[in-house]
Amino acid sequence: MPVAVAIAMLVVGSVAFHLFSPWWRTPIASNWGSIDSALDVTLWICAAAFVGLNLFLAWTLVKYRHRPEYRGLRHKAHYEPENASLEKRLTFWTAIGIAGMLAPGLAAWGKYVSVPHEATVIEAVGQQWQWSFRYPGPDGVLGAAGVKFVTQDNGLGLDPLDPYGRDDIVVESGDLHLPIGKSVKIVLRSKDVLHDFYVPEFRAKMDLVPGIVTYFWLTPTKTGTFDILCAELCGTGHHAMRGKVVVEDPKAFARWQAQQTSFGQILAEAPPAAMSILIIKANACSTPASWSIR
Amino acid sequence: MATTLADDLRPLHHPHSWVTRYVWSQDHKVIAIQYSCTAIGIGLVALVLSALMRLQLGFPGAFPAIQPDNYLQFVSMHGMIMVVYLLTALLLGGFGNYLIPLMIGARDMVFPFVNMLSYWFYLLSVIVLVAGFFVPGGPTGAGWTLYPPQAISEGTPGHQWGIVTMLVSLAIFVAAFTMGGLNYVTTVLQARTKGMTLMRMPLSVWGIFTASVMGLLAFPALFVAAIMMLFDHLAGTSFFMPTMQSMGAITPTEGGSPLLFQHLFWFFGHPEVYIVALPAFGIVSDLISVHARRNIFGYRMMVWAIVIIGALSFLVWAHHMYVSGMNPYFGFFFATSTLIIAIPTAIKVYNWLLTLWRGDIHLRVPMLFAIAFIFTFIHGGLSGLFLGNVSVDVPLSDTFFVVAHFHMVMGVSPVLVIFGAIYHWYPKIFGRMWNDTLGKVHFWITFLGVYAIFLPMHYLGILGVPRRYYALGETAFIPQSVHLANAWISVAALIVFCAQGLFFFNMIWSLFRGPRADPNPWGAASLEWQTPDTPPAHGNWGAKLPVVYRWAYDYSVPGAARDFIPQTEPRTELGA
Ligand code: HEM
Ligand SMILES: [Cu+2]
Ligand SMILES: [Cu+2]
Repeated sequence: MPVAVAIAMLVVGSVAFHLFSPWWRTPIASNWGSIDSALDVTLWICAAAFVGLNLFLAWTLVKYRHRPEYRGLRHKAHYEPENASLEKRLTFWTAIGIAGMLAPGLAAWGKYVSVPHEATVIEAVGQQWQWSFRYPGPDGVLGAAGVKFVTQDNGLGLDPLDPYGRDDIVVESGDLHLPIGKSVKIVLRSKDVLHDFYVPEFRAKMDLVPGIVTYFWLTPTKTGTFDILCAELCGTGHHAMRGKVVVEDPKAFARWQAQQTSFGQILAEAPPAAMSILIIKANACSTPASWSIR
Repeated sequence: MATTLADDLRPLHHPHSWVTRYVWSQDHKVIAIQYSCTAIGIGLVALVLSALMRLQLGFPGAFPAIQPDNYLQFVSMHGMIMVVYLLTALLLGGFGNYLIPLMIGARDMVFPFVNMLSYWFYLLSVIVLVAGFFVPGGPTGAGWTLYPPQAISEGTPGHQWGIVTMLVSLAIFVAAFTMGGLNYVTTVLQARTKGMTLMRMPLSVWGIFTASVMGLLAFPALFVAAIMMLFDHLAGTSFFMPTMQSMGAITPTEGGSPLLFQHLFWFFGHPEVYIVALPAFGIVSDLISVHARRNIFGYRMMVWAIVIIGALSFLVWAHHMYVSGMNPYFGFFFATSTLIIAIPTAIKVYNWLLTLWRGDIHLRVPMLFAIAFIFTFIHGGLSGLFLGNVSVDVPLSDTFFVVAHFHMVMGVSPVLVIFGAIYHWYPKIFGRMWNDTLGKVHFWITFLGVYAIFLPMHYLGILGVPRRYYALGETAFIPQSVHLANAWISVAALIVFCAQGLFFFNMIWSLFRGPRADPNPWGAASLEWQTPDTPPAHGNWGAKLPVVYRWAYDYSVPGAARDFIPQTEPRTELGA
């Protein structure tokens, strides 16, 4: 008996916890409302199942609890090995519920994997334990890059011989700025181990995998400053691998961008000695820069 | 069913001394106890590690001895020990060993010597695992998933020696499991007694059998991955290592694929979840049926659900990798296959509920744990649908929602079944009864406690709190109340931690002081309760093997004198 009460109370308590919990999604700041609605649909279907099944459990425990013999009447279990039609009906309704949540889930995923072609490309680079960023510059194309090119002055490892890279804007250990309302494809590159670019308010996330370039896309819909967290274990400093993303109106974004330095400027200002190291590295690369990003 | 193999007493290895009886024993019951004690012993280490983690998360900064490196080592060792060295070993090596021969009417496993070797290899793997705590740099802190490159790169605790002991230990564990698993599968197929058809076996045996087959198919992927990573680490190969930097210097590795490891790991890792779950499913079915005095509802559906879940679980591994950077189009397939598995799983839940429905429910301690399992499993199974549903997983992956989900579904739920099972079979195994009051107190604190621990974690995860974080630090979207929640979760965890003392006290005290147990205290119909001796003697069945006439679930049969009919009772003209 107490266990039936406990189960019922836990159901009520869980629903109350849900309703009154101060912890829920952060206010959304991107176009991924479809992910939120897929979560809501999943939640409603699951909540119905949770409440229904557990209340049935609690009721059963009360109704069919063992009772001592009373006036010669003995409570006895019902013998019924199976009931095919009941099982078929249950299977059918379960399948409907599953399909009901899978549909919005897959639909949102369909959008997640198709990057709109007007999206501008921005690169986020992870290393233990900080974030850096790169914008393609006026030509709209990111130059080739790879860890083999990394030097003191070329932290992101741009290929100094690739003309597309000269106008790229390099933001090392600064904030990521995004213009509001414009779709961006964020390409992700890691210099060392796995990381994951995660901004809770954007909903989106994706791992950074050394050796390959990964991506996801979003359209910021709210101005403000948000935390970038690393969401894939990357060693001792994992919890401290933070960055900031600033979503601002296009004018402020243009103003900010104009103040940044391009890779060409960095090359021009680098002392000749550093320059030659850079070029030697570039030539020493017998393998083509296989993961250049065009 | 031929009687030859099973009925032949000659192959039984008879012990001649205390050492061959209790140490180098080939008796499946002794091996089961050896397996169980070792698993529970190492499980206690994992439990202590979880308490240490909770201290850090609940009261960050209060324990200067816990540094970020330590925290990651605790997380990794806790996770790996719980999943592999506790649950897998206890459910298959422990319960599998004890129950299979007794439930199918065999005298022992078909390869008793290999069975013994399996245990000693397992013990060796545990020793190597523990050695990791003492090597320079300590155990690995790469997470229980051991993802390269970080597992063997600078910046991760234990990347030099800890990871080596971990991988070697896993390889030995796989060898141990293979010996055990082959035994379980062969025994079920070859050593069933007369009349014990496959469709008359108790669901415990079905669960353990299917899990063993799955283990034999899944563990090789882990083995291969472990060996390849050892090569990368010790011999300079680049299976998993791309061109990369390590602490600012370029590494000599080139061309390897970190994603390949993830595929191998989860090709093992997902079935592993069910290797733990299926035996628990089977065992809990039996507990529910016995204590509800009712036949298991839809037995054939239950068997097929176990088999189908086992097969499908090899087709869903990449749902752990939706945001890993693999080709995103895989997401469509793996989300669909993952949600399809929910259907046979739901059928199992329905049938447990329908077994209770119209039953005669005796709320004894094992049954309480079984009921608690139904509750937590419904909860954990449903939260899995969120994570399986690709796009919904995107914001939730690698947050505390994941931590909450897998603890509910594969941490708490199987552990509740294990507790229930120990209370249930203890009288048969040791011939003594435990203390009922202590059992009930243990149940209530554990059940309510774990829910208090893991329910709020879902909400922290939906908020966005990431997992494997030593400390949350100053983060704008995390309100002060989260820190408060973390403190309360830790308090609940410490209470649950302490309450386990009641269980151990009860078990050990009852071993010596508990009242003598009836040979069949619950009135169960399955074979293991019909042994001539309690505890069963070597060879289990005395001179003559039992003959089986009916399935294991003849409870409350109309017209029968008692509310259960043992499997060994011949059918009469009445049909009962
Ligand atoms: C009351 C008991 C338990 C408590 C308080 C507990 C607590 C924790 C905590 C705090 C974490 C780390 C969360 C993070 O920072 O990411 C964790 C991780 C984990 N736990 Fe438990 N745990 C318990 C029981 C179990 C059980 C029974 C299992 C068996 C499956 C289990 C499996 C795991 C796994 C696989 C991980 C993930 C490790 C990783 O991230 O690499 N835990 N647990
Ligand atoms: Cu990181
Ligand atoms: Cu899985």
